[in-house]
Amino acid sequence: MSEAASDAAAASEPALPVDRRREVVRQAWSVGIASGTYGISFGALAVAAGLSLWQAQLLSVLMFTGGSQFAFVSIVGTGGLGAAPAAIATASMLGIRNGLYGLQTSQFLGVSGVRRIVAAQLTIDESTAVGIAQPELRAQRLGFWQTGLAVFVLWNASTLAGALLGNAFGDPRTLGLDAAAAAAFVALLWPRLRRRDATATAVLAMFIALVASPLLPAGVPVILAAAAALVVGLRHPGRHEGPLEGADGTLPGSDPTP
Amino acid sequence: MTLWVAVIVASVASLLIKLAGYLVPESLLAGERTSRVTTLLPVALLAALVVVQTVVGPGGSIVLDARIVAVGVAVVLLLLRANFLVIVLAAGATAALLRAIGWG
Repeated sequence: MSEAASDAAAASEPALPVDRRREVVRQAWSVGIASGTYGISFGALAVAAGLSLWQAQLLSVLMFTGGSQFAFVSIVGTGGLGAAPAAIATASMLGIRNGLYGLQTSQFLGVSGVRRIVAAQLTIDESTAVGIAQPELRAQRLGFWQTGLAVFVLWNASTLAGALLGNAFGDPRTLGLDAAAAAAFVALLWPRLRRRDATATAVLAMFIALVASPLLPAGVPVILAAAAALVVGLRHPGRHEGPLEGADGTLPGSDPTP
Repeated sequence: MTLWVAVIVASVASLLIKLAGYLVPESLLAGERTSRVTTLLPVALLAALVVVQTVVGPGGSIVLDARIVAVGVAVVLLLLRANFLVIVLAAGATAALLRAIGWG
């Protein structure tokens, strides 16, 4: 649907009834609270990895996508500045799915100019899921914007709280923050392992990371492990994910964080 | 490269990737092979990050310490469908406790 056609469709549709509007807004904010508050763990882990409070905050404002943010601070935390290019590359590759969501959300949002840039920044698992789950165009738009806004506000507020908390802590190892980061990655990976080719990819990637870590500089083994997606993805034809569906703020295989 | 530059470059890249979904024709990004690989890409990266964050020590050596026990606790909690924050906190607490009693 082009923007003009999408706008015409919105104009011809009746305004949302008040109770329906309230329903969408409530759904958006409950999704926002559920995943936005995980920013506490991101803020604490970011300062434990050596970022300043403002660097952690800038990542939540400007990068604004959970998996990429966790990956960035983890790689910089273990490999230092030398691993920064690898951290940038890994964070970017993890953010590709947001670009794919944009293909879907751009069809019902009908945005251009500055509004398009803001919409793009708010395009994450949650806003996409709530948006496309609505049957009516007006509710799709409302659901997307409200969820994006809710997650953005809460993710950033909780990042600040987590970073302040992390700064108040002592040695991150004594507090087990390195293990907490490992657990965060397991929890991000878990919902994606429902299909057999995903499990095969994960096993191959773990093997590559294990073998490469003693041999290559920090950060590089993770990028090398991306080859596992190519090997498995190009070898198994005819099986792919169905169209995106999100009933309650979740997408198949999406992260629990924004 | 300072850490600030890295933070800004990575953040701007993230925004440009999101914007690409609004500007690039769908046919360029949504081929069947491409979509299979892009679905599996985060799986590969996150699996590798699990390994690096769990068993890789200083200088890239493989180290088995409190982290692997903590990740075991995380997996059990995932099987019990626990909340993300509960999983992260429990794993941290496990490692902290093991280190407090002098292991790992």
